[in-house]
Amino acid sequence: MGAIGQFFHAIPLDLIIIQTVNGLVTGMILALIASGLTLIFGIMDVVNFAHGELFMLGAYIGFVLFAATGSFWLALVGSSLVVAILGAALQIATLRPLIGRDPLNTILVTFGISLILQNYALWQFGSTVRRVPQPVSQQFTLFYLQYPWYRILIAFLSAAIIGAFWAFLKYGKFGIWIRATAQDRVMAQAMGIPVPWVYTGVFAIGAAMAAASGVLFAPLVGVSHTMGLDWVLQAFIVVVVGGMGNLGGSIVAAIFISLLEAYASIWLDPSQAVILSFVVLILTLLFRPTGLFASATR
Amino acid sequence: MTTTPLEKTSVLPLGKSGLSHTAVFWIGFCVVLAILIAAPLFLSEFWRRFLTEVLIWGLLAMSSDLLIGYTGMVSFGHSAFFGLGMYGAAGALLIVSPPNLWLAMLFGLAGAAGAALFVAYFSTRLRDIYFAITTLIFSQIFYVIIFTWTAVTGGENGLIFDRPHLTIPFLYNARFTSTTMHWFVLAVVTASYLILRRITQSPFGMVLQSIRENEFRTRAIGYPVQRYKIVAVMLSGLFAGLAGVLYAIQNEFAAPDFVFFLTSGDTVIYNIMGGVGTLVGPIVGAGFFQLLRQLLAEAFGDQFPYLIPLGIIFIVMIIFLPQGLLGFARRWLNK
Repeated sequence: MGAIGQFFHAIPLDLIIIQTVNGLVTGMILALIASGLTLIFGIMDVVNFAHGELFMLGAYIGFVLFAATGSFWLALVGSSLVVAILGAALQIATLRPLIGRDPLNTILVTFGISLILQNYALWQFGSTVRRVPQPVSQQFTLFYLQYPWYRILIAFLSAAIIGAFWAFLKYGKFGIWIRATAQDRVMAQAMGIPVPWVYTGVFAIGAAMAAASGVLFAPLVGVSHTMGLDWVLQAFIVVVVGGMGNLGGSIVAAIFISLLEAYASIWLDPSQAVILSFVVLILTLLFRPTGLFASATR
Repeated sequence: MTTTPLEKTSVLPLGKSGLSHTAVFWIGFCVVLAILIAAPLFLSEFWRRFLTEVLIWGLLAMSSDLLIGYTGMVSFGHSAFFGLGMYGAAGALLIVSPPNLWLAMLFGLAGAAGAALFVAYFSTRLRDIYFAITTLIFSQIFYVIIFTWTAVTGGENGLIFDRPHLTIPFLYNARFTSTTMHWFVLAVVTASYLILRRITQSPFGMVLQSIRENEFRTRAIGYPVQRYKIVAVMLSGLFAGLAGVLYAIQNEFAAPDFVFFLTSGDTVIYNIMGGVGTLVGPIVGAGFFQLLRQLLAEAFGDQFPYLIPLGIIFIVMIIFLPQGLLGFARRWLNK
């Protein structure tokens, strides 16, 4: 017992609080990526392997636009728009011919897209990490750390984008079309909803959300061609744990897993802390194979 | 194999010739085998190694075909089996002295079997895309472990070792040359092909194919579907591990890069390009992919992003030629 007591005394409270903040910030970015992924899956039955690459490409385009205009916020909006158009084009060219075929084909196609985009980025930008300065440079003191306000801002911006998207789904005309298509594709079509264009729109929105998170995240670690790979796996875990196609579940799962990894990295190397999220996934698959928050609406 | 009315309806002109299907198949098999046996005698050192590696990648893809083509489960986790085979072989070659070829194979297969049991037990609870994603994530678990456990696996640098001698107990013991290496790999791949072909045509293989066609009906008939799937994943993992062992011996190293899921992605690409459900298709696909890659590198230089044109070809093939290059011969090859 003594040893255990000592163990808990050894946990520094300040470190816990710092890691809570860190975990929440990464959790919100992850939630923004995963909500695009889960949206595309929930509505189109498409597992978008290229999602990480859209995130990466968004960051690169943001970097280029920032270098051209000097305004971070212009880069954020511009990059989201460019990637949305790219996403729409990709959907029309590659995924639309596959509507009605086995969903497994979509994994293969998007995997091919991710290879192409990743190698394009490597070819175009090289393997050096590109730096984007933080648009808000003020910091506040958190115990012994100078914590940048920008990280807090990311969390709030991510929440705002997800919130705006949720409101759009709930009240916007196109949002209602999307929900109708998700509920019953054939009936939606019979009611005059242009289902193929809804799919294109959904993919474009998901791509834009990935790009936005890429630009927001870029100032934290820099932009490289492999940044998509690291995140897409995390996002997949989040989406499976949260219940595929379940927006709320993904957000909760994203925050949960990020917090868990943040706490674990107090004691473990961050690359090993990733294993914890794998453990969460295995436990989820064992006891609730449809996800922790499997929705009844699907 | 007697000629049944079903075989007469073969879509291929080959079936209409005077010879029975069995005879044509085995003649074709022997011709291809003879060409592959003779090939290293005529090829330069570079292309000899190239052909050997194509065979190894082909074995990996063929193992995955047992799942993709015959059981209807797309695995994105074959890099784990391949990698564990690699590291298992490396372990045997580094620990045991003098290094022994067969012990390396045994260790590699044991490693792959362990990984396969773990992956199979969890991932077969899920179907379709969920299976694909979970196998992917499981292979990443092995990647993270191998990448971070530097003391045992060498971490990022991997393990380097010497090639064992090619030994056949009491008969033969000599250093591998690139030609004997090719023949050894060819022998293993051919044996694997024959075993896998036998498996897919056995009653067990028929159950796997019925799972592919209609899983719920198969379960309703009374087959324990999950048990069949676990065995299928394990068998597939064993052959993938075998490919890993061969690759390790061929290149004298084991590196974490090969455990990363992009290797699994390549495996799936070989399958789709060559044609799933044919067993030989994936080998053809691996050859097609590697050859195009090599030709592109020679035409445009090493820095050329060869995966961009290859990725485009891959996507176009999924949309317009989902059966792959050998898809037209699928029924004929499986008879």
